[in-house]
Amino acid sequence: MEMTSVTASVLASGPEIIIILAACTVLMLSLLPRPNRRLLAGLSLLMIGLAAGMSFGLVGTPQTVYSGMFAVDPFSTYFKMVLYLGTALTVLMSGGYLATEKAVKGEYYALLLCALAGAMIMVSGTDLVIIYVGLELQALSVYVLVGFLKTHGRSNEAALKYVILGAFSSGLLLFGLSLFYGLAGATQLQALQAALAPGGTSSPLLVLATLFLVIGLLFKIGAVPFHMWVPDIYEGAPSPITGFMAAVGKAAAFAVVLRILMLDLVVLDPVWRSSVAVVAVLTMATGSLAALVQDNIKRMLAYSAVAHAGFLMLGLIAGGTGGLTSVMLYLLIYTFMTLGLFAVVILLNKGAELGEPISAFAGLARSHAGLAAMALVFLFSLAGIPPTGGFFAKFYVLMALIEAGNAELAVIAVLFSAVAAWFYLRIIMLMYMQEAEEPAKIRISPAMQLVLLIALAGTLLTGVLPAWFLGAAQAAAAAGLG
Amino acid sequence: MSGLPVLSILILLPAAGAVAVPFLRSRDAVRWFTLLVLLADFLLAVWILAVFDPASAEMQFRETRIWVPALNMGYRLGIDGISVWFVLLTTLLGWICVLASWRAIAERVKEFMTCLLAIQAMMVGVFCALDLVLFYVLWEVMLVPMYLIIGIWGGGSRVYAALKFFLYTLAGSLLFLVGLLALYFAGGRTFDMLALMAVEYPFRLQVWVFLAFLVAFAVKVPMVPVHTWLPDAHVQAPTAGSIILAGVLLKMGAYGFLRFSLPMLPDASQYLAPLMITLSAAAIVYGGLLALAQSDIKKLIAYSSVSHMGFVTLGLFTFEVNGMSGAVIQMFNHGITTGALFLFVGLIYERTHSREIAAYGGMIKAVPLFGVLFAAFLLASMAVPGTNGFIGEILVLAGTFGVSGWAGTAGVLGALIGAAYLLGLYRQFLLGPVKVPEGSVMQDMCRRELACAAPLLLFVFWFGLYPKPFLTILEPSLDHLMTQLAPAGAVQ
Repeated sequence: MEMTSVTASVLASGPEIIIILAACTVLMLSLLPRPNRRLLAGLSLLMIGLAAGMSFGLVGTPQTVYSGMFAVDPFSTYFKMVLYLGTALTVLMSGGYLATEKAVKGEYYALLLCALAGAMIMVSGTDLVIIYVGLELQALSVYVLVGFLKTHGRSNEAALKYVILGAFSSGLLLFGLSLFYGLAGATQLQALQAALAPGGTSSPLLVLATLFLVIGLLFKIGAVPFHMWVPDIYEGAPSPITGFMAAVGKAAAFAVVLRILMLDLVVLDPVWRSSVAVVAVLTMATGSLAALVQDNIKRMLAYSAVAHAGFLMLGLIAGGTGGLTSVMLYLLIYTFMTLGLFAVVILLNKGAELGEPISAFAGLARSHAGLAAMALVFLFSLAGIPPTGGFFAKFYVLMALIEAGNAELAVIAVLFSAVAAWFYLRIIMLMYMQEAEEPAKIRISPAMQLVLLIALAGTLLTGVLPAWFLGAAQAAAAAGLG
Repeated sequence: MSGLPVLSILILLPAAGAVAVPFLRSRDAVRWFTLLVLLADFLLAVWILAVFDPASAEMQFRETRIWVPALNMGYRLGIDGISVWFVLLTTLLGWICVLASWRAIAERVKEFMTCLLAIQAMMVGVFCALDLVLFYVLWEVMLVPMYLIIGIWGGGSRVYAALKFFLYTLAGSLLFLVGLLALYFAGGRTFDMLALMAVEYPFRLQVWVFLAFLVAFAVKVPMVPVHTWLPDAHVQAPTAGSIILAGVLLKMGAYGFLRFSLPMLPDASQYLAPLMITLSAAAIVYGGLLALAQSDIKKLIAYSSVSHMGFVTLGLFTFEVNGMSGAVIQMFNHGITTGALFLFVGLIYERTHSREIAAYGGMIKAVPLFGVLFAAFLLASMAVPGTNGFIGEILVLAGTFGVSGWAGTAGVLGALIGAAYLLGLYRQFLLGPVKVPEGSVMQDMCRRELACAAPLLLFVFWFGLYPKPFLTILEPSLDHLMTQLAPAGAVQ
């Protein structure tokens, strides 16, 4: 490699380097006697901001570096912005939670930054190996974070389950990748596409490779029938980490799926498309129906996340710029609303060993009217009621579906949305129409206030004035396809 | 007209009020503030009616702002001779609701008034919207304050009733969303309703979209067999909630048929008219029979709404000028009369805490003023000549007999059943020896309560005796609608 291209490569991957350096610095600072949690969190936020600034600066010069393995294009930049947002909100939410749980440790922030770096590499990778490396970096960091409450049984159990199932799914994915390498002799997506041009090969091996790849990815996005891990791990993980997985983990996984689909790598024959449709409908159905009977708020949100994954998959089926845009927009809006709701869940937390019963929401409207009103907005947004962002996200997916001529799927999707509205309403009923046994006393720290404010502003703005956000997603999607 | 964005002011005034209410200190301040805001809104609506050009079928007071340029979505407003009346009705019932809740709502007054203000902004917005997405957004978000009004301030099983109301309506409106997206792509990628009305859609598409719209509108009207949420919601809702529900929300379903199904999907409307007429006739008779069997006064009025709204949908699908203008008049009248009936039931319930019809008797002697006024609204609901109800029903029936004899017969039968249950209520409730439920404090109407009833009574007799001003403003817009229906060719 020439010197100039090395410099260009390093420069282009600047944001990732910043985040990894930040992770190292935070880790070392945490070794100091009596590490200051505010300092660590502040430093993490600062570095995320710096990386975001650098990503923003690079947006004008789309390029593929490291010998075509790593792309810095509007597509990846859009996703990175979502990842920065999700991680920054998670960092802000974590301080209070860790203090409540008496688990303040510097590694927490370092691991969070590592997970962010992994996710960033996932969205920028244009080479199967790079994507896999990013995915594993992210997954390994999250395994540890899930088990971070090491004195709690549930947290440990969740971490163990996640490691086993995660490793299993990574294995499937890796096996699929190795088959692809065997078939095409390359790991770069562009080269793969050229080698496996439509009509070129239709060997059983290709089908097998595709199957493994798809199953591996379905595992990561929590689609039925590979969703079993989601509720257990969402419930057991520390709440900020659950939020992080729902927002950041999902966005990165979908970025990979989109990147692979975008290249037409997998020959999108009708069979493939209709089987994804079946999976999407099953995912929506399972998520919506199972969430109806949950009594733990995090478990309920886990099934809600499954249902949302199903809805997102409909965007994949729609395909084209419209479908791509709809998925990207959805993920951004989902980050705002889901993290907003997780912030409320964290504020209601009285200690993880007690669990997070839904009944904790009872009477919130009377004791904390403002907080209840914000939770109301997040819940209605998750249910897809206008004028919130959640409505516009669903609206745009439906639009893409109908444009692609899949009106039947759109009808099924809206029917499950109506089912899903029920369990969000259940929480609203608790907040507004029931009295608490003992009124909650909640102090909202400035960091939490900031999280709630950002999430609220994002949820409402994406719903009321979606033009700007839509434009950003459309531009990124169009550039990705072009 | 003037350059002021009048309709925006009409919508934003209560919306701004809703934002301001939480900052007020005392309960009375909240009540007075809400009353004044909604009164101002009403006066603005009256002014709009006064300067409205009755000769024109065009949308008036139009406003257009770009909202999402990439999707051709806009903030488009305008009213014609049909919607102007519903704007008036909505704003009239708005301040009456505040007065009706003055003492009845003692808990969480701030939140209640915020909901009232918010829902008014949304309802007025629905009647003014000329953009499909704007319409849809307002139509659906309206569920939220109504859900809270029923669920927080309602009766014993309010939570169940609120949930049922929400889910029924949500399921319906989501299908409406799919339908409107289909129109968007077929109609040249715009959400501008006026532009979409000018497009001729393929027949198959029309039928599918019509059916999707039908689910949404039928739930809202409500038509048999998707009416079952209505009695629950009405019985559990506080008085103001019932008034808004009966007075305005039910009208939105019929308004949807009028604004979307008929002008945009004329062929499908003609094709499916027999279905619509059958459903309407069924609603008239079945709703009436159900009302006949009720012992709970609020349930009785709720089922009578099903029956009376059946006349509206029946009239709309006659495609005949008498039937259609009768339908619009019936919509407006039903809002006035049934709103008033729920108001009166609410007033008596405040005093007695009983809704059992059998627990009452001789109210006309016990509380004469109340009794006489209640009697007047009962007669209006019965469509006695001289009241507003008569004009609407007679026009609908006149239109129906020209199209379908048996549906007309069903209509007459429904009117007879209506007379039976309303007169039954009249006799038991108002006549005979004085009987009141135990523990009630009977007082005749106070000035605040009279102020609620007076404007409604005015409309009952104004439209009953001299409906011409109403018809004059209505006619050009209805004629325009008839021409939109015409190119489909006469199926009947």
